Amino acid sequence: MANDPKVRLRGMYKIFGPRDKEVLHHVKDGMGKEDLLEQYKHVLGLQDINVDMQAGEITVVMGLSGSGKSTLIRHLNRLIEPTAGEILVDGIDVMGLSEQELRNVRQTKMSMVFQKFALLPHRTVQQNAAMALKVRGADEATQNAEARKWLARVGLQGYEDRYPAQLSGGMQQRVGIARALTANTDIMLMDEAFSALDPLIRTDMQNLLLELQEELHKTIVFITHDLDEALKLADHLVILKDGAVVQQGEPQGILMNPCDPYIEDFVSDINRARVLRVKSVMAPLEGSEFAGDVDIGDNLESLIARSEGDTTLHYRVMDGDTAVGELHMRDLVKALVPRLSSTQTG
Amino acid sequence: MAFYDSVFKALGLSDWCGSESSSAPMSMADLLAQSSGEATKDEFFPFPSLDNLNESCSGIIQSRDVTKGIEEGFLAAKPMLKSILDPITQPLSWLLDGALWTFAVTPWFIMVPILLAISWFASRSVGVTVFVAFSIFLLGLVDHYDVAMQTLSIIFVCTGISVMLGVPIGIAMSKSDKLQRSVVPVLDLLQTLPTFVYLIPLIFLFSVTESKLYGIAIILYAIVPVVRLTDLGIRLVDQDVIEAANAFGMNSRQKLMGVELPLALPNIMAGINQTIMMSLAMVVIASLVSAPGLGVNVLRGIRNLELGVGIVAGIGIVLLAVILDRVSKAALQRVDMTRVKH
Ligand SMILES: Nc1ncnc2c1ncn2[C@@H]1O[C@H](COP(=O)(O)OP(=O)(O)OP(=O)(O)O)[C@@H](O)[C@H]1O
Ligand SMILES: [Mg+2]
Repeated sequence: MANDPKVRLRGMYKIFGPRDKEVLHHVKDGMGKEDLLEQYKHVLGLQDINVDMQAGEITVVMGLSGSGKSTLIRHLNRLIEPTAGEILVDGIDVMGLSEQELRNVRQTKMSMVFQKFALLPHRTVQQNAAMALKVRGADEATQNAEARKWLARVGLQGYEDRYPAQLSGGMQQRVGIARALTANTDIMLMDEAFSALDPLIRTDMQNLLLELQEELHKTIVFITHDLDEALKLADHLVILKDGAVVQQGEPQGILMNPCDPYIEDFVSDINRARVLRVKSVMAPLEGSEFAGDVDIGDNLESLIARSEGDTTLHYRVMDGDTAVGELHMRDLVKALVPRLSSTQTG
Repeated sequence: MAFYDSVFKALGLSDWCGSESSSAPMSMADLLAQSSGEATKDEFFPFPSLDNLNESCSGIIQSRDVTKGIEEGFLAAKPMLKSILDPITQPLSWLLDGALWTFAVTPWFIMVPILLAISWFASRSVGVTVFVAFSIFLLGLVDHYDVAMQTLSIIFVCTGISVMLGVPIGIAMSKSDKLQRSVVPVLDLLQTLPTFVYLIPLIFLFSVTESKLYGIAIILYAIVPVVRLTDLGIRLVDQDVIEAANAFGMNSRQKLMGVELPLALPNIMAGINQTIMMSLAMVVIASLVSAPGLGVNVLRGIRNLELGVGIVAGIGIVLLAVILDRVSKAALQRVDMTRVKH
């Protein structure tokens, strides 16, 4: 079936502690993280996670420190065992795999990029990039050719024989990405892959990732605590808080309709004009007099510039060559005001 | 009438103790008292030691029975222990004798270049190699070349075996907390026991003429650091890197050979360095149980009060210690360098 999700998490729970299975029912009955820690000395990592990740999309998991993001991503390749629940990859339950089969899945289906790069310090850049192939037992020629190809693709040709410690952080993470790409897996897991980098390099890396994604259409699970990064990359955004999913969906939708004060807080700080797109604020096509045509993917900032601040204008919204709706500048301005439930009375 | 009579009476144990006039052998104290013609002084409140209790109650053993019991137990177990340990440890004798023989028959003009080549390849340092050459020259000059080579050959064999056994033990310990908990006390014991103490059972077990006797003593003493530091080194390997290895589906062998051992290598090398130094320390003491080498001369210096002989041999030992330390430290530094900057 074409649109079955690539990865499905169903009813997944994780409790850290020796008797996790025994205390699970307390959590299912609604006990919170603090109470669980106080009464049973177990840490609630994740509760009732249900997420579908579609093939070819970037699913971004966002949340504050300690919200369980790393815990979640490590369940996909079973670096962490869930307390309860199902993890389906390509329809196969990862929990049912033997050790050998699990290693196989890790070698051929998923690769991972780490926050602290986690490169092998005693191996050259090229050997690091070829790691996955070496683990699989590919011959030397293939290893070298593939590693060189992907290192070049991430802009590291000429550095093959250096050691990781000789590279800057940004370059090390490029090696990390090349290592994941060389593995040639459908799924790529990225745990705060860009969080350790300075802002400029970070933007570079985000662009690199989007560029690669355009070409390769991988299923990417990206962890971040940064909303701007999340909005830039996400096709599907999952927001975690204290180990539970507070809201998930298309990022523009979350921005327009935050369902929780926690998310409103998050959302209130960003430059909405730059992130929101015409698609999110347009109305059905009714009128006939327009000041001009705009593209459905344009961001609101560009429209404000174009209208020179005139809020009385209307634009026709085009998706390619077909008109799909209309945009009133009045609605646009309204959309720029963050909705805060705390300030809304009645 | 001994002090504790009343106690046993009060406890109703007189019958079990037997008659007071039992023909129990005399205690050491009694014997001494008798021979010096003094009567045993009755202390007001003697410590309830076995000997004192025995005076009141012959059913209780004397202290010398304890030592005797240990000895008898050991002697009884000896044939069995020997039949197991002898074949296992026999190769050690061959190795030691072989190494001693090889070092002895190889003429110095071949041996010295080989040693210098080893120093060079281990350390890649001109300074260290020149220093080694100079030290060997000094030793030869005062006719200590042969004994120094004997010491060196024993150290080579014992360090080699310590590493061969110690690294796998360290790896196993790093993988199992349970094993670590049970091995660490043994290591502590081996390290804290005065070296003479474990020579005692070894002397009983093996004959003093066999070279494995001192071989075992040296290995038991010197193996400790390499085990400890292998365990520590593997446990200290960056968990992020281990996680990456897992995430890319490495099996435990690939992880061990490709990640853990290489990253633990600086620590393991530090352990080997200490192991070498400790075998040197022990090989000197082991001359008490017929280990050849510089230690014999030191021993001669002590026994015959030949001050000069002892001091020259002592300086020889210091020289050996310094070159072994320098070469292994330089090697350690070299492996450490590969992971930082070139
Ligand atoms: N091995 C563990 N044992 C006990 N508790 C753990 C363990 N690993 C994680 N936790 C707890 O689970 C919660 C989630 O941790 P996690 O590392 O997934 O957070 P995170 O969202 O990745 O945070 P960060 O942004 O800091 O990386 C935290 O409260 C943490 O203390
Ligand atoms: Mg994390």
